[in-house]
Amino acid sequence: MSAPTDTDLHAHGDEHGHGSRSSYLIGFALSAILTLIPFWLVMARPIADPVTIAVAVIVFAVAQILVHTVCFLHVNTSGEGGWTLLAYLFTAVLLVITIAGSLWIMYHLNTNMMPGMMETGQVSSTP
Amino acid sequence: MLTTTSGGGHDRNTFHLIEKEDHDGGHASPVLLGFWIYLMSDALLFAALFATFGVLSTSYAGGPTPREIFELPLVALNTAILLVSSITYGFGMLAMEKGQTKTVQLWLAITALLGMSFVGVELFEFSKLIAEGATPQRSGFLSGFFTLVGTHGLHVSVGILWIGIMLIQVGRYGLNTINKRRLLCLSMFWHFLDVIWIGVFTFVYLLGMLR
Repeated sequence: MSAPTDTDLHAHGDEHGHGSRSSYLIGFALSAILTLIPFWLVMARPIADPVTIAVAVIVFAVAQILVHTVCFLHVNTSGEGGWTLLAYLFTAVLLVITIAGSLWIMYHLNTNMMPGMMETGQVSSTP
Repeated sequence: MLTTTSGGGHDRNTFHLIEKEDHDGGHASPVLLGFWIYLMSDALLFAALFATFGVLSTSYAGGPTPREIFELPLVALNTAILLVSSITYGFGMLAMEKGQTKTVQLWLAITALLGMSFVGVELFEFSKLIAEGATPQRSGFLSGFFTLVGTHGLHVSVGILWIGIMLIQVGRYGLNTINKRRLLCLSMFWHFLDVIWIGVFTFVYLLGMLR
């Protein structure tokens, strides 16, 4: 069996490993902005409410992850016949279930099992 | 063997030919998709570590809180280093596309140096924390912190080692098909680590400072 030729790898790689110069530069500029704003929000505290800052910081992180995925990892609908994107989305679902599920369960476990809670009868109702 | 099972052998040959045609018609190598699947499973490993940290993030056991021990300027520096290293690797990939061996080696070396400074700053931070008594065994929060951030740092260290190996490989064999494929895998690995770092600086450091 012959080794894959250079052109094969190229046609392949264009969807996968390397994009254009502009995609890298756009990705870099967007990432820099999406990093600077959350750091500024937390370090300078222009908003007093910590919950608002926390939500904003998470939104910026999700946006930056998407920028990296498109501009640096070059995930698109055509790469590997869509399997790259499918695996990515599947992983994202598992990731959210693992993290959100763990936090949800352990939060309720904590509040229900806190020492002294049972005696006072203040058991939180798990939704 | 050949004569007795000629029918079966013929079928197998035909099948082999079809597979080969299909092989040449687009899917040059399954390596890149396979490596991508590995990265996705690695993401699940980090998901478990993020979940552990999230659950333990307020278990201080009377020990130090994030606000007392984290230094955001240091984290901002590390974030900048890793982001710049991502784009320097990207420039290396662009040079690879044009077949410029020397330029590829230069960008790889710069990326490795940036990676080393990242690990250096992280080790400095860890040593400072441990000197202050904020060791992994101090509280659940610190165990989760050191495991999550340490695992990421370990991945970056492996990435630097891999860049070193690729520098030797490219130096010895040039930009051949196999080396190009390896560099593409390493590219995904390196950018993936930057994506994980976004999660780390957001959920560990920035949200930690708000607590």
